[in-house]
This record gives sequence, C-alpha cells and structure tokens, in this order.
Amino acid sequence: MSSGLRFDRVSVAYGGTTVLDSLDLTVEPGEVMALLGPSGSGKTTALRAVAGFVRPAAGRVFIGDRDVTGLPPHRRGIGMVVQQYALFPHMRVEDNVAFGLKAQKAPKDEIRGRVAEALEMTGMAAYARRHPRELSGGQQQRVAIARALAIRPGVLLLDEPLSALDARLRSGMLSELARLHRELPHVSILYVTHDQVEALTLADRIAVMDKARLQDVGTPRELYRAPRTEFTASFVGNANLLPVTVGSGGVDFSGTELKVPTRDAARGTTATLCVRPHLVGLGAGPNALTGSVIEVQWRGATHRLYIEVAGHRVMADLRELRQPPALGDEITVHFGPEDAVLLSAGVTPERSAPVAVRETVGAADQGSRDG
Amino acid sequence: MASAAVAAPAKAATRTRTGIPSWVWALPPVAVLGTVFLYPLGLVVQQSFRPDTGGTSARAYADVFASTAFREALGTTVWLALGSTVGCLVLGFVLAVVIAFVPFPGGKAVAKFIDVFLSFPSFLITLALLFVYGTVGMANGLWTGATGAAEGPFQFLTTPWGVLLAEITYFTPFVMRPLLAAFSGIDTGQLEVASSLGARPARIVRQIVLPEALPALAAGGSLVLVLCLNEFGIVLFTGAKGVTTLPMLVYGKAILESDYPGACVVAVVNISISVGFYGLYRVVSRRVGA
Ligand SMILES: Nc1ncnc2c1ncn2[C@@H]1O[C@H](COP(=O)(O)OP(=O)(O)OP(=O)(O)O)[C@@H](O)[C@H]1O
Ligand SMILES: [Mg+2]
Repeated sequence: MSSGLRFDRVSVAYGGTTVLDSLDLTVEPGEVMALLGPSGSGKTTALRAVAGFVRPAAGRVFIGDRDVTGLPPHRRGIGMVVQQYALFPHMRVEDNVAFGLKAQKAPKDEIRGRVAEALEMTGMAAYARRHPRELSGGQQQRVAIARALAIRPGVLLLDEPLSALDARLRSGMLSELARLHRELPHVSILYVTHDQVEALTLADRIAVMDKARLQDVGTPRELYRAPRTEFTASFVGNANLLPVTVGSGGVDFSGTELKVPTRDAARGTTATLCVRPHLVGLGAGPNALTGSVIEVQWRGATHRLYIEVAGHRVMADLRELRQPPALGDEITVHFGPEDAVLLSAGVTPERSAPVAVRETVGAADQGSRDG
Repeated sequence: MASAAVAAPAKAATRTRTGIPSWVWALPPVAVLGTVFLYPLGLVVQQSFRPDTGGTSARAYADVFASTAFREALGTTVWLALGSTVGCLVLGFVLAVVIAFVPFPGGKAVAKFIDVFLSFPSFLITLALLFVYGTVGMANGLWTGATGAAEGPFQFLTTPWGVLLAEITYFTPFVMRPLLAAFSGIDTGQLEVASSLGARPARIVRQIVLPEALPALAAGGSLVLVLCLNEFGIVLFTGAKGVTTLPMLVYGKAILESDYPGACVVAVVNISISVGFYGLYRVVSRRVGA
C-alpha cells in the first residue's frame, strides 16, 4: 500500500492559541519528509493531526486519496513511533509486535510470519520472548519500530524517535532507519525532529517549521545550499549572516565590496548574506575579509575561529590548523562568490543589526556530535 | 552540601548505637497495639471458652456451630461479601475508566467527589436508598401516586438484594480510588499507539488498561471484601429482617440475648474468616506476581 500524505491548510488551536497555522504540505508516496523546527513550533501537533489525536480547527488531512480528517485513529492505518517508545510493559516483545495485527484481526498463521519478519528487519528476532523492561533503550526503540511496521502501514509517523538515545546509538539507529526505508520503498515517512543532522541524513525533503508556521520546504541540499530565509539558513546547518547593502554585481558589507550573485535584488536595498562557516578559507582570495581573532575553538578535526570584521563576528570552520592563530591576531579569510547566498531583504525585519552570527541551539557541528 | 546530607543519617545512627538501643523505639507502637487491639482480641477469644456455667470448655463452639441461625448467617455473610466485592470491582472499574479516560465536563469534580464519598458513614448511603426505594420512599410514592395501588413495586430493600445494593453503592469508591491512581500512571502514549495500530477502545481497555490495573483491582477488591464481611451499619439500617450476617449475630447474642460466650464465638469465627480471606489474597497475589 503506497499512499502518501497531504495536509490541506490544516490549522490546530488549543484554547484559542493557534499552534499550527494553515499547514500545506504533501508527502509523496515513499518519501521521507522531515519536520524540522525548534521546540514548540508545532511539529508534534502536525503529526498528531495525521494520527487523529487532535482535531484540526480547519483544513483537511488526506492519506492517499482518502480524507481522514473525521476518522478515529484506529481506522487510519498508520504506524506510529514516539520518543518514549510506549511499549506495552506486560506483553512480551513478540506480543507487542503482534498487537496491531491482532487488533486488525489478521489470520493467526499470517500474524506469526509478519511478527517474525518485522523483528528480523529490526534485528530484534533474538529478543522475541523478552519483556520490554529487559531491553535497553535502543532495543526498545527497535521493538517500537517493528511494532509499527508489522501492520504494513502506508504512512509511518516518527516523533523524535532517537532523542532518548545517546549520541553513538543515535547515529547507528539513523543508518538503520535509512536501511529500513530502502527495504520499504513504498512507505511514506513523516519524521519529526529538532536535530538538523537527522533531518539532513534521512530526509528526501525537509519542512522547516517555526512559530506554528511552515517556513520552508525543500530537499536538504536546496535548504542547505540556497536557503530562502535567515531562519532556514541558521536552523539547517550553521550560518554567517552578514547585513549587506546590494550594489551592482555584488554587495557592500561595512565598506567592503563583495562579489556575490545578487540575482534580482534591487540596488540599494539592504539584505542578508549567508555564508557557511566551512566554506570560509584562510588567507587572501576572492571576497577577502580582514579582522582580529576573538575566539579559537579546537574541535578535533576542525578549528573554529571567530573573527571580528567591522564590528561583526564571522565564523570560520577550518581543517585542523598546525599553528592556530592567537587571540587578537589580524587575519584574513575569504569565500568563493558561488558559496554565498543573498537572502531576500526584509524577511525578518525585527532582527537587530549587529548580530552577525547565529548558531542553532542544539545543532552543534557534526564532528563533535557523531564522534 | 552532599557531604552534609550523607553525614546526617550517619550521625543519627551513631546516636542510636551509643544511646538507646533501637528496639526501644518499637515499644510504644507495640504497647499501643497491645492495649487497644490485641488485649481485647485476647479477651474475646478467652471469653468464647468460658461458658456462663463456669470453667473452661468449648461448649459454646459446639452450641453455636450446631445452630441453623449461625450457619445461615455464615452463608449470608460470605455470599453478600463476595457478591458485593464482585459488584464493586465491575462497577468501580467501569466508572474509573470513564472518569480517567473519557473527557467530559466535570470529570475532575467527580474524581474529587470520590474522595469525599469515602469519608461518608455507611448508614448515610442506606438512608439515601431508604428514601428512594423504601416502602414509603420516592419510587414507591410515585408508583402508588400514579396507579393508585396500595403498595409500590420496590420491596427489595429489606431483602439481601437491598443489602447487596447498599454495599455495592457504598464500597465502589473504595475500588475506584486505587484504580484512578493506577490509571493516572498509565502512559497515554501507549493508549495512542494502540489506537493508531487499529485497536478500538474496548480492546485497549481489555489489553492495555486492565493488565496495568490488576494490582489496584486486587488491593481495592480485598479491602472491600474484608470491609463487607464485617459490615454492620448497612445491614442494621436496611432493617432487613431476613438478613442476618455474622456481625448482626454478634450484636444479637451480646446485646439482646446477653449470651456473651456465644457472641464471642461468632466474633472469633468472623475474625478468622476476615484474616483467612486476607491471607488467601496475599498468597494468591504473590503467586500471580512471581
Ligand atoms: N494538549 C495541549 N494543550 C495545550 N497546548 C498544547 C498542547 N499540546 C501542545 N500544546 C502547545 O502547542 C505548541 C506546539 O506544541 P508541539 O508539541 O507541536 O511542539 P513541538 O514542535 O513538537 O515541540 P518539541 O520539539 O518541544 O516537541 C506548544 O506551544 C505547546 O505548548
Ligand atoms: Mg514534539
């Protein structure tokens, strides 16, 4: 059953507060869509609207061609995995996995085969006779995934399935999930996370949410390489966000002329230039910026330098330096014109001017996270 | 800060070791328990072996066991207690599920009311039932008013069924209280996952909620069973002539017939049954738990 999923202007409100504001989003059959956003942005709410645990105040939810907005959860045929596993504690692993099949009154001999298959797929076949309390967190999460897959859902909802696991286990499970998806190419997956690494690794497309609204949708590459908004730029990966004024064939950054593609931005308008820290190089070159080093962080594989340029902090992630600069040193860095993206002006007018570096909370660089 | 926290109990332990031995602390509770509970209990047992004619004999036991009144009372007591317990468990479970999982306006207030209800005296419920179903109660009043008949159709209150109804009404909250506590500990994630897997509410209650509630059901059920075995006020207040339970028999023998040895015998039997059922419950629950 390949079905896909569609939100059609779905709004959800709790006691007068809108926590999901007319969400329009389509997950194609077989696609992995990550819902990425900060805490409280409405990701879980969107997922619960699909599962049927919240009633949208407006809009429709479709699974395949079927309008499920009014259907109770048990008639939607969805697999769901939540952060805290929610295994049934008094049932053995195999009974947990068989639960959905029994509820759907599958024939007995078929149940046994499908349970074995789901456990095999998640590598938990050896633990079939155990109780959940006799399993580690990672194993419990595998059982939860097996339980969701056993009913062969067309849509799989995952709500921060890895956030209760430690970093090492998380990266292991991440590749497991990617493998599972390759083995089940017809299942549409909606994957809620606030971890950009999970989203970038797993998703075919990412939907970026903030303040109850969908901010951006695109492939990980699009969002990373050419973010449309400052929010996307800073939430999907790290970003230097420099306030600039558009000139002809380039921009002006505090008196320094930078050659970057301006696309159709009008001359004289203010805009924000997004430069990824790892695309900043040391030494002279095109688009050189000179300033004094205000912080040096050694991160194993890389050095991160914070450089103050004309009152703005510029972040540079450089491959580990033999001789890192000392604090206060004057250094020059540069970036290629094709590595900078001009974000349309006035997207977030409330932003105060001199904040030039924004780092995402909880989105530390990949190096330190995955060890 | 941590060191202070560690030091405090250590200091207390030292004082106990160097000063008063720790068994001394057990004396006051044992003394209180002895004077207010064990001593009278001992007296009751002793009295049951002391016939009015003097000396020590088990005559009273033989007499009491031989009487049909006693055997009927024993039977009535046990079946009323078991019946009430089953009724309370079923009704309490259903009501607790509704209160805990079905959102309805005033649900919180109802849960609070359960706590208040527990503090009511048992005869209050019986009085309330009398007002509703009694011979001159509201239900019969409506009936006679409407049909002109001399008597209403509701005459069950003075039968064992009336006692059963009153006991179930009064003791159901004793089952609901531990159940509501157990339900509040159930992860709603489990219920949601179960329903997304295709389980209807009935299946979720049966397979997810009920197994989690079993310890609470056992606790509430055994409490109600023991309370029902010893219930006096409800039986007295329903004024059921045909319903004599063991506590009623004790009352009758002691107060009305001044047959103290006989009363004590019945009391000893009543206590043994309570303790016996409780012991049975402990054994069974340990078996099940292991
Ligand atoms: N049952 C509820 N009643 C009232 N408000 C709620 C309820 N559930 C969620 N909210 C509110 O809705 C908003 C969005 O919540 P939601 O759980 O969708 O956030 P999220 O994006 O999943 O965040 P997180 O990453 O922390 O899980 C929050 O402000 C939250 O306080
Ligand atoms: Mg959430």
